[in-house]
Amino acid sequence: MSAADIHLTDAEQHAATALQHHFDNMEQQRVAGTLGMWVFLITEIMFFGGLFTAYVLYRTLNAASFAAGSSGLNVKMGAANTVVLICSSLTMALAVFYAQTGSRRMQIIFLLVTWALGATFLVVKGFEYAEKFRDNHVPWLNFQWEGKMPPGASVPSIRMFYWIYFVMTGLHAFHMIIGLGMLGFLIYFAWRGRYTPEYHAPVELGGLYWHFVDIVWIFLFPLLYLLGANLTH
Amino acid sequence: MQIPLPKIDLPRLPFTPEQASTIAGHVDALYLYLILITLFFSILVVVLIFYFAVRYRRRTPDEIPPPVEGSLVLETVWTITPLLIAMTIFVWGASLYFALYRPPTDATEIFVVGKQWMWKFQHTEGLREINELHVPVGAKIKLTMTTEDVIHALAVPAFRIRADVVPGRYTYLWFEATKTGRFHLFCTEYCGTNHSGMNGWVVVQDPAEYQAWLSGGASESPAAQGEKLFQSLGCASCHKMDVQGRGPMLIGLYGKPQKLDNGQEVIADDAYIRESILDPQAKRVLGFGSVIAYIHSLAAPQGGGTANTAAPASGSTTTSGIAPDTQRSNPVGPTSPRTQRNTGGAMQPANANANTPRGTPPP
Amino acid sequence: MSAADTPIDPLNPVMPDPSALPADSPEWRVKFPHVNYINAHYGIKSWLLTKDHKRIALLYLASVTVFFALGGAYAIAIRLELLTPPGDFVQAHTYNKLFTQHGIIMIFFFLIPSIPAVLGNFLVPLMIGAKDLAFPRINLLSWYIYIAGALFTIWALLNGGIDTGWTFYVPYSTSFSNTYVVVAGLGIFITGFSSILTGLNFIVTIHTMRAPGMTWFRLPLFIWSTYATSLIMVLGTPVIAITILLVALERLAHIGIFDPRLGGDPVLFQHMFWFYSHPAVYIMVLPSMGVVSEIVATFSRKNIFGYSFVAFSSLAIAIFGFLVWGHHMFTSSQSVYASMIFSFVSFAVAIPSAVKVFNWTATLYKGSISYDTPMLYALGFIGLFTMGGLTGLFLAALGMDVHLTDTYFIVAHFHYIMVGGALMGYMGGLHYWWPKITGRLYPEGWGRFSALVIFVGFNLTFFPLFLAGYMGMPRRYHAYAEEFQVLNVMSTAGASILGFGLLIPGIYFLWSMRYGKFAAPNPWPATGLEWRTLSPPPTENFASTPIVTWEAYEFRPIEEMEVIGPAPEQSSRPVPGLTTT
Repeated sequence: MSAADIHLTDAEQHAATALQHHFDNMEQQRVAGTLGMWVFLITEIMFFGGLFTAYVLYRTLNAASFAAGSSGLNVKMGAANTVVLICSSLTMALAVFYAQTGSRRMQIIFLLVTWALGATFLVVKGFEYAEKFRDNHVPWLNFQWEGKMPPGASVPSIRMFYWIYFVMTGLHAFHMIIGLGMLGFLIYFAWRGRYTPEYHAPVELGGLYWHFVDIVWIFLFPLLYLLGANLTH
Repeated sequence: MQIPLPKIDLPRLPFTPEQASTIAGHVDALYLYLILITLFFSILVVVLIFYFAVRYRRRTPDEIPPPVEGSLVLETVWTITPLLIAMTIFVWGASLYFALYRPPTDATEIFVVGKQWMWKFQHTEGLREINELHVPVGAKIKLTMTTEDVIHALAVPAFRIRADVVPGRYTYLWFEATKTGRFHLFCTEYCGTNHSGMNGWVVVQDPAEYQAWLSGGASESPAAQGEKLFQSLGCASCHKMDVQGRGPMLIGLYGKPQKLDNGQEVIADDAYIRESILDPQAKRVLGFGSVIAYIHSLAAPQGGGTANTAAPASGSTTTSGIAPDTQRSNPVGPTSPRTQRNTGGAMQPANANANTPRGTPPP
Repeated sequence: MSAADTPIDPLNPVMPDPSALPADSPEWRVKFPHVNYINAHYGIKSWLLTKDHKRIALLYLASVTVFFALGGAYAIAIRLELLTPPGDFVQAHTYNKLFTQHGIIMIFFFLIPSIPAVLGNFLVPLMIGAKDLAFPRINLLSWYIYIAGALFTIWALLNGGIDTGWTFYVPYSTSFSNTYVVVAGLGIFITGFSSILTGLNFIVTIHTMRAPGMTWFRLPLFIWSTYATSLIMVLGTPVIAITILLVALERLAHIGIFDPRLGGDPVLFQHMFWFYSHPAVYIMVLPSMGVVSEIVATFSRKNIFGYSFVAFSSLAIAIFGFLVWGHHMFTSSQSVYASMIFSFVSFAVAIPSAVKVFNWTATLYKGSISYDTPMLYALGFIGLFTMGGLTGLFLAALGMDVHLTDTYFIVAHFHYIMVGGALMGYMGGLHYWWPKITGRLYPEGWGRFSALVIFVGFNLTFFPLFLAGYMGMPRRYHAYAEEFQVLNVMSTAGASILGFGLLIPGIYFLWSMRYGKFAAPNPWPATGLEWRTLSPPPTENFASTPIVTWEAYEFRPIEEMEVIGPAPEQSSRPVPGLTTT
């Protein structure tokens, strides 16, 4: 490597090995990576956007049924999961902060905590799905509705609400699983001391993705769980 | 609101179908206008390209012409001019579209059901036809259309009309034939294997001839058939004709605003009536909540048995795709289009409850 | 190497006459030792694991060519069936599969990846003076994703095919078709991600990797149109992905989102489908417009008239293109007011295209015009695209569209855009950059001849269909009424000429890869950065990062346009540290 010929400080040399051949310098590489992640997140917004469109349309047409369907969801679990995800966003942000400031130990700790919170979310989600299965609220298995039936609600529309619920939360959970894999990757390389104040772009990009997945949930929670609140009181 | 169109007497252009409706001449006039625009611009571009290509051909291998700066004036001109021309086309096209898709109120209604792969027509007098539609010349005809299965589209090129026929909703077309004769009608939305066989003829006849044809094969009118259904399915025991029964009175209902129990008001049109038959709870008329609560209490213990109430509706689709009601001939339409795949369309048994509100209202 | 005694100056290599010196002979290799991206590494692994954008472009070139041939074979079968009114060549069910598969293959596996993934991949880094795309591994990944999607689709084709039409309209596709909808849909779903990743890569590369001095307004117009195309790929493709996912779920598990029996709305599918599929039309034609801008400038040796108007019109098309999807649904029972708005915006989106046509024409004025093959394709593009665009006005006019939609008028219109526009641009671009891609010249005489044959064949194939369409012939008809036969015979005759015309370049391109004359770095000559490196370019594209001090399309005598190739002492051996594996 030609970099070895020239006298460099340790940090600079370290950064140089992380520089891919086709970039001129670390700054260019970092900007490219960040922009790439933002563009990717925009495609994700469009992807979920299709589902949100379907949701808005049918919610407008079948408002009562959607409220009824929503009253069958477990608001407590949903709220708990919301708190879990918001906390995980905080710990992720702290992990990025410690990657920037170069604290390997704190970085690993916060990445692990984020991973644990993400896993908690999925476990809670799993319990929720199990509850739906028990209550026969899984549309493709054995859908029956004995819950609230406000004026104007109809079972097919409630069934559709549950479809949209499962597709949206399922896709979200799928993104969470990918996020956990990504965190595992970050933890492994953080453990090996790969990330330094000069080179920590993967942690930042991972943080962007994680926050995005959280934000999707922030939209899903009121749209799916809180619609039926007026029926449960 | 019907936009009146000026009378146009345009001779038939080459490579166009016959002009057999009042709107055809108007569409052809717009077509001619568009052809002239197309000719003007394409000839302009092609002539300029040829002229420049010859006039400024390369004379020596290494010549380099001086660069030319752009011209804001030219750019503005060739942005604004096409835009203005495009706006004239837009206005013309839009006014024709409104004329095409706003049926006049005094039109005679004919019901159309598309299914793989045939067209079924039913006249208000009760006559039914398949793949052939008889209409009198000079009469305004309104087609009220739906389908039993997939999306189709009805097109009659000689009339310059077309509309998709969409499951679960009604679409409308109207025309006034100006010529007697036989004109092709096509299905033009791809609908499966025999899509190209789903066509037929519109037969336009003199009024007298049409009357003779009508009387030749008269059967019961849809309104009369509908009355029978209304009685046999037990609707009449609650929706009484003379006094207020347990259900709302239907006399004089059609086309009038109805107060609902949630404070809203709807117009009792085709779509509302269809919805109320299929799903009585969707929009409930003010003052009948207790009846529905009673029906609820009946539904719960019955469980799967309620599927029976859905059966007549789905079973009747092949024989009476167009079921009438009492007021006038408002089609109820197919409720459960048949399906070809075993696993495909049929509701899963577990969803018997889902069927409950879709059947005929329980007596 | 023994090349040392007769060194050739790679900055200005004098091309020996291959007839005097047999090409690929050992003598030739001695005389012409330059290491380029093709001969830098050998072996199948060096291709399948490459991260070099130029090699990935060639991988794409090979795969889209295979799909073009397959789609073309379907087209021939369709035209044979339509020679006579009754359905006598194939059965109705087979015919439906033919046009469905023709559409799916040509749109998703040929037209969408053709110019962006082949020419775009090859040219974007070269044109902006970068060593590679921003994410080389993602670039390779996108090719594998494309192939994976293609394999699913091919599996569906081999196992009996699919008959829904490329539009997958519900409820036919979800409840009624008995063919492999889910598998083919999955193939398109997967391939969509290839398109997303390619677009993402281009956007980031164009934003962050331009050479010093390469400002936005010095970019070649091909880069502007590729950028606009990438925006559409990134914003539109995820929507078709989720739509196809919902169709698959609907078909497998009856969600009810699109099924009216379960309270769904089949028209919602059309909205979601066309939200992507209309902008997808611009994915196909915008890159062609970029190619035409390059060719017109080079072969008239003029800067493009109104550069910034042409550049911004690409962006305008990309943005307005997202607001017109409803014009596919004027007869679908959508509200008349919605139709009115969509019609209005559709007329607005025609204007940037018109601006481009006028600017190209004005560029010719006082130019120095030569009639090489790429220029013939470019001029053909302008004429055919003008026809395609103007007939688009017929379809944007509401009252007119009611009579024309779903007839052969539509078929003719979009083939004028897709074949007359996108394919002509692709062919022109392939010819134009062929010397750069392969380092060899194609036979010019055959090139011009085949361009003319293709032009004539194309017009004979598709012009009669406009007339058949206005007469009322519905599309997707296996058997048709007698009155349309004459026009269909003309069309089939034209198709055979078109097919023959397209075979010729296929043959001479292959021939030229081995026997063609060697190409100089800048054979036309042209102004772009890609012409300032060797033909074919070395793996690292330029010896040093180019510094751009000139405007776009600033024509100067060829001696003044220096070649930024590898330094002479590096040219005979692989450059260390720049290996691709």
